[in-house]
Amino acid sequence: MKLKIFILLFYVLSVGLTHSSENQTKLLEIYKNLRCLVCQGQSIADSNSDFAATIKLVVEDQFNEGKTEDEIYSFLISKYGEWIVYQPTFNKNNFLLWVLPYLIFIFGGFIIFLIVRKTKYNRVN
Amino acid sequence: MLSNIGISLIVLVLIFGFLSIYTASLDLKTAGLSINKSIYKLSLFQTTFTILSFFTLIVGFIYSDFSLINVYENSHTAKPLFYKIAGTWGNHEGSLLLWVNILVIFSYLFLVFSHKHNKNFRLYTLIFQNILIIGFLFFLLLNSNPFNSIYPPPFEGLGLNPILQDPALAIHPPLLYVGFVGCSIYFSAAMASLMSGYGGKLFAQSIKTWVKISWCFQTLGIIVGSIWAYYELGWGGFWFWDPVENASLLPWFAITALMHSLIVLEKRNTLYSWVIILCLLTFTLSVLGTFLVRSGILNSVHTFANDPSRGIYILLFLSLMIFSALAIFFTKYKKETYNFNFKSRETFILANNWFMVFFLVTVLIGTLYPIFLDVLISIKISVGPPFYNIVIIPLVVPLLFLMAVGPKVSWINSQNKVFNKILFFILGALVINLFIIYFSKKNSILSNLIFIAAIFLILHSFLDIKKLINKKNKTELSRVISHLGFGLLIFFIGINHQFSLEEDFNLKVGETKKINNYEIDFESLKTKESKNYKAVIGNFKLTNLKNNQVQYLDPEIRIYSNPETLTYEAAIKTKITSDFYLTMSNVSRSDYYNIKFQNKPFMIWIWISAIMIALGGFIQLTSKKNED
Amino acid sequence: MKISISKIIIFSFVIFLLSVFLMGLKINNNYDTKSLVGNKISKFHLIEIYDDAQHISEDDLKKKKFTLINFFASWCAPCRTEHKYLLKLSKERKKIKIIGINFKDKKNNAINFLEELGDPYSFVGKDSEGRISILFGIYGIPESILVDSNLTIIKKIVGPIDQIQYDEILKITK
Repeated sequence: MKLKIFILLFYVLSVGLTHSSENQTKLLEIYKNLRCLVCQGQSIADSNSDFAATIKLVVEDQFNEGKTEDEIYSFLISKYGEWIVYQPTFNKNNFLLWVLPYLIFIFGGFIIFLIVRKTKYNRVN
Repeated sequence: MLSNIGISLIVLVLIFGFLSIYTASLDLKTAGLSINKSIYKLSLFQTTFTILSFFTLIVGFIYSDFSLINVYENSHTAKPLFYKIAGTWGNHEGSLLLWVNILVIFSYLFLVFSHKHNKNFRLYTLIFQNILIIGFLFFLLLNSNPFNSIYPPPFEGLGLNPILQDPALAIHPPLLYVGFVGCSIYFSAAMASLMSGYGGKLFAQSIKTWVKISWCFQTLGIIVGSIWAYYELGWGGFWFWDPVENASLLPWFAITALMHSLIVLEKRNTLYSWVIILCLLTFTLSVLGTFLVRSGILNSVHTFANDPSRGIYILLFLSLMIFSALAIFFTKYKKETYNFNFKSRETFILANNWFMVFFLVTVLIGTLYPIFLDVLISIKISVGPPFYNIVIIPLVVPLLFLMAVGPKVSWINSQNKVFNKILFFILGALVINLFIIYFSKKNSILSNLIFIAAIFLILHSFLDIKKLINKKNKTELSRVISHLGFGLLIFFIGINHQFSLEEDFNLKVGETKKINNYEIDFESLKTKESKNYKAVIGNFKLTNLKNNQVQYLDPEIRIYSNPETLTYEAAIKTKITSDFYLTMSNVSRSDYYNIKFQNKPFMIWIWISAIMIALGGFIQLTSKKNED
Repeated sequence: MKISISKIIIFSFVIFLLSVFLMGLKINNNYDTKSLVGNKISKFHLIEIYDDAQHISEDDLKKKKFTLINFFASWCAPCRTEHKYLLKLSKERKKIKIIGINFKDKKNNAINFLEELGDPYSFVGKDSEGRISILFGIYGIPESILVDSNLTIIKKIVGPIDQIQYDEILKITK
């Protein structure tokens, strides 16, 4: 019974929540992923600086032209370096960053598995 | 004069530190079960002098004694009294003195309250704690002395940053430091436990109150910091995964893991080595955090002023700490056998630790990776919110399920049928999560899973409360409240994120903007002159077209004079159902103003849930069972 | 304490970590885009400030051995202090073509600025919204970029040109 309730909830929420994404939200998402280079730790979305205003203009232009999110990031990275995006690109320099946490998670799980299995072994004996 | 008093007091604390170590070492060799009374007296004197030194600095700030460089650099006669006092710990040197205070006070309190425990264990704890105290005092005296003086004394101070003049920000550091620095005592206790061989259940009982205290204050400190950021910083967010924020989160994960493992150590007398590792790790993370924040190695909006010499001192201290901890651990480590059934509460607590370590490692790697890349291959990258969200959020789903079920599983062995169903859900959720993240960029299905898992935890918690309300079991009740708080927190953050309305646009006075079912009228612009700032205030009328409700929002642009700073004050209207958030900034060389408007559903419930988490901890501190 | 592999690994890892921190303290934390020297500039199209019919694009830069692209504005104070170096360059190094890009400015203010301080530019383009500046990776003004005939960036000067920068430009463009 509980299982059926969960599946129903799942379905209802899926339908409801897919409508919340709009173009403006997407643009804002991009702004939030860009670093304001003349500020101390603020995104383009949050910054009130002149530089942020200029970047917003250029990003909006490209977005309206139909460029994808990745294309916009690549463009800005080619002009300003990787520092300008908050989500590190997955390349040979950064892959450790993305992979290590999961590796350690799996390693941790493995250790717990070993501990529990040893107990089973001891009990059986 | 204050300078001399202050420095003399600090030197006295240092001397009593050495004396304490000496007398405690001697007492180790004596027979008998109780500690020499003189050691108590030494500790009490040390505590008194430390507190007096802190008061001396506060007096300097209250009376604007600019002969003290620290007061000159961080205060101003025009500051309101409350903020003059808060300025004492709102700077590097003053906050360091607060560190020392907490180290010393906790040292004394532990000594007094641990009288039921093994004598050598307590003596070793005192010794190690005092080594930490002496280390920090050397740093303070040689590099960051709040009592350094200048002659002749200037007439006026350089003023406190106006952003720091806020009640929340006044209490945020002390709360956080009780958390950060409070873990020093169980670092020392862990070292002492290894040296004296006093372990197991009794060791767990000796430190558990301290672990809980540091956890409660750390949680509260982080929450207050977030609330301040939301109301004061003008971007509508409350967590940016900024390195300084991360520095406060890292110990929190470790303390949470430790708190849970202590339950196992106390109940089943196992996991001792892991508990020791966590105790040593937690304070190490605190010192690492302080290194990252104060040395200037990282770029952040939070950091104190840069000074690389500080970095060298702290790094030295950190290195000595880590190496001695490793040396003592490896020397005294004894292999343990484990007895964990899969379907037992111990295993669930291990699972909690598993997740906490994962979160800790992720945040640690995310924060440190840019430094490594820059040093090793001279490439500068940024690691920001998108990274942390993508890596961490999927695993919050199984954690929520585990939190609902774990506490209900019995110790040693459990035969629950429900257990298997839950396992199915967890595995299913995990697989779907990973699938979604890597093959599509849509977050909505992930959000669903978050909601389902959060609701699962919330419902189970409410059912538990119903069962427990009659039993008057404070420990169980506090656990449910904290877990419920966590479930609610995730739930409301999810709703807030999914249904928030955010718009960024330019407007001139007299213009109107329509967004969804809201209309924003830029009615007028006014100026205001206040005690230490001039402000440009925008008057905005917000109309909800669905129900014709009208609100007025008045964001400000403030120009402060001492020191010259420009700040943007957001207009925030907080209601039970949602917050309205409006900030305004002037577009250079134009009549236009850049407006950021946000409607954030259930914002206040995020704070309420977070406080509930801490509340659970505080309730547990007051329960009778705690007085072991 | 027995010496074992795991202990050696842990100790080495800690030493590695702490060394990186130590080195991290010494490196410069301030970010600049100087790492982009060596890249090529992208396609661009500038309209002249005096006459809308006149324009310039990246192809025009291939004709000269060196080009100095200077972003300036009449409301920018440091632009005034660096201006004399631009004038000197225009006289002493004929092989450098100096292009001015007027950033987020009003035409009349820019013209007055140049009349007052002198005009070292062979072409003054307008960038009233700042879009062109992003194409060149600019984030503040004044900022100047020295490019060769292959359109490769050989030097980036963030901030006003001073005596040291001026001498360096002379050296590079000998």
